[in-house]
Amino acid sequence: MSQPSTIPMNTPIHLCAKALDKAYQKGEHKIPVLRGVDVKIERGEFLSIVGQSGSGKSTLMHLLGLLDDPDVGEVWLDGNRIDNLPATTRDKLHNHVFGFVFQFYHLLPELTLLENVLSPLMIRHSAWDYWKRRSEFREMAKEITKQVGLDHRLKHKPSELSGGEMQRAAIARALIGNPSVLLADEPTGNLDSQSGGEIMTLLHKLNEESKLTIIMVTHDDNIAQQAQRIVRLSEGRIQALNEAA
Amino acid sequence: MYKFLLANRYLRTRYIALASIISVTLGVATMIVVNSVMSGFSSQMKDRIHAILSDVMIETTSTDGTDDPRALMATVEELAGGYIEAMTPSVEIYGMISFDWAGQTVYRPVTLIGIDPQGKNQVSPFAGHMLSRTELDENGQTQRDMNDPLDWELTDEAKKVREEWVEWEQFKEQYDYQYSETSSPKTPIAQGSNVQRTVVIESTEFPVHDDPFQTVSGTEQNEIPKFDTVQSNTVAPVSTQPAMPQFEDPFANQGPVKKHDPTDPLFGRVYLGAGLVSFPYKDKATGKTHIMYMVKPGQDVNLTTIKAGKPEPANFKATVTDVFKSGMSEYDSNLVYCNLEQLQLARGMLFSPDPARPEENLDWKNGSVTSLQIKLKNYNDAGEVVRQLRSGLEPGTYQVRTWEEKQGPLLEAVAMESAILNVLLFLIIAVAGFGILAIFYMIVVEKTRDIGILKALGASSRGVMVIFLSYGLALGVVGSSVGVVLGLLFVRYINEIEKLLSLMTGRKVFDEAIYYFREIPTIVHPSTVIWVALGSIIIAVLASVMPARRAASLHPVQALRYE
Repeated sequence: MSQPSTIPMNTPIHLCAKALDKAYQKGEHKIPVLRGVDVKIERGEFLSIVGQSGSGKSTLMHLLGLLDDPDVGEVWLDGNRIDNLPATTRDKLHNHVFGFVFQFYHLLPELTLLENVLSPLMIRHSAWDYWKRRSEFREMAKEITKQVGLDHRLKHKPSELSGGEMQRAAIARALIGNPSVLLADEPTGNLDSQSGGEIMTLLHKLNEESKLTIIMVTHDDNIAQQAQRIVRLSEGRIQALNEAA
Repeated sequence: MYKFLLANRYLRTRYIALASIISVTLGVATMIVVNSVMSGFSSQMKDRIHAILSDVMIETTSTDGTDDPRALMATVEELAGGYIEAMTPSVEIYGMISFDWAGQTVYRPVTLIGIDPQGKNQVSPFAGHMLSRTELDENGQTQRDMNDPLDWELTDEAKKVREEWVEWEQFKEQYDYQYSETSSPKTPIAQGSNVQRTVVIESTEFPVHDDPFQTVSGTEQNEIPKFDTVQSNTVAPVSTQPAMPQFEDPFANQGPVKKHDPTDPLFGRVYLGAGLVSFPYKDKATGKTHIMYMVKPGQDVNLTTIKAGKPEPANFKATVTDVFKSGMSEYDSNLVYCNLEQLQLARGMLFSPDPARPEENLDWKNGSVTSLQIKLKNYNDAGEVVRQLRSGLEPGTYQVRTWEEKQGPLLEAVAMESAILNVLLFLIIAVAGFGILAIFYMIVVEKTRDIGILKALGASSRGVMVIFLSYGLALGVVGSSVGVVLGLLFVRYINEIEKLLSLMTGRKVFDEAIYYFREIPTIVHPSTVIWVALGSIIIAVLASVMPARRAASLHPVQALRYE
């Protein structure tokens, strides 16, 4: 497992994983999930990671988004190694660089849609700064919810929204912090085909218009086909890298 | 920002957590009520004790007292005069009171205290406890004004009582005489001396018994002059010194000998403690509790004590001037205040300048006293005054104490009681703390996934911890402020609540006849309220520390996967 220590700064590589190993401890057994995964993602790329359940695709996404630590291997962002950063810096990266979208939307049930969308900004700024700039932020949130077509439901709680609406709200939340990478874990997995289609259209639009780097994890080949590039994972290894049609 | 927003939302949406702080609320309310009532009671008690006792007391070790009160007062003035506002001498001695009630003689052990009313007025606010100044008659008036200084004058009411009582006694005496003529020969009764012979008369159905005390008391009044003359001869070595200045008294030989009128009060006057001569009595017809007085102001009582310097009894009679109710049952059922000169005279501590008219032109300064009661300008100086007096006075002869030291064990017991009660009540809040801990733990488990989301959105572990700590703080603040409001309202309307409870249960919850209070006394100390409120808030926050730490330590991926 050779590990190059530096990557030239002028590379278009935005995010890259080098020789990632990850195993989970289950009782006495150690279950390997990833075994030496290398991925390179270019800026503005729309990549989908496919594989059967248990193939390690979600784990790979978590490692790329610094939600988890690899046992072995490195994660690099714009030429800097990020997997060994201290917790406070990681928190900043979560807030500034990565946007997450999950299969089950994971909106906070106590907050309204608007508050959910605003929550990354609340986390980013101190209470005082947020209070001072709250009207500016609200305008931003309204702008983004308009983009995802939810500007009429700002005061609603997540329990009052449909699955598609919740997922669009989750995307709005992921976008408000102006991230450079959007990590989506089965974004359509819990939706009917029409809502799923709307979500995919939205992701494509974001990728094309804002040049947002999108990494999407899915088990659905049809959905995966819509990405520019597919990484297929099987038993913790990358099986094939192929361009989407 | 998100921390407070979420803590606020959790507070408003998790009613189970609000339930957990009800015990905090109740604990805080109870602590405030109990502390207010206890400090109300104890401050009332202290006021009452302080009304009886002066700030500082100098007492002679011997019951014979010191034969030169002037010298003692001069020494005290010299030692701590700057701090002292007033001082007055007194003679304190155990004794016995006896009076007639329902055909029998009632004997009670008492502490006899000889006082000078003018001096007593200056050292302790005692007059306000006299029934003539506090009890309302049918017109809603007291017999004397609340601010009247103490004196030995009988009120008009007492004079009326006395006239009726003397008349009744004379009538009974004659009846008794006629009746007993046939059964046992008795000395003929002279007008004026028969007043005390009441015991036998009431039990007219029974044969008359000779009461030894009665014989003594019956003859005593006539014999007082003789008795005293004899005494001054026998106790010559002790008495010549203090008796000497009496001849210098300019009023010594003035005034004609008054003709004795039986309705005139005696020279000896006393204030009796209400508990000595009264008992609560439940009227079966109305169900109300009345206080029955066995002796009323205007009547005479017999007092027995010991002479100074030798183990011999000293008897005298005195007219009851007033009855006092200090509210301290220990005092009300034990103390008899007497005019200082009468007690000195009876105990052989003072000798009359004119044996023919023993009760005139007496001055306590010429006799002995056993204690000096001192009022200070500022009670905060008491420690310093006591220290100076102790160092300046002979240690074996005098004992110097503040009123708090004299009542030390009682006051300490009250303080201890209150401390223990506070500890126990605070345990209630501590128990509530564990309730909060358990419920918080549940909430953290329930919120696991949300914690994962927050971390994915960039919230730090510290931020997540702050959410739950501020949630705990918010619960504590809400719980304790509701408790403070409840507690203060309860204290404010405690008497109304008592009345309501009495009405509902049909019996008096707070019987003033037992507690000596018209109303439940309460004092709210703001510092206590603040401490109780702060304490419970701190407990709520401490209880949320563990769950909050657990929330902070959750791994985002595991939290997100949590089903």
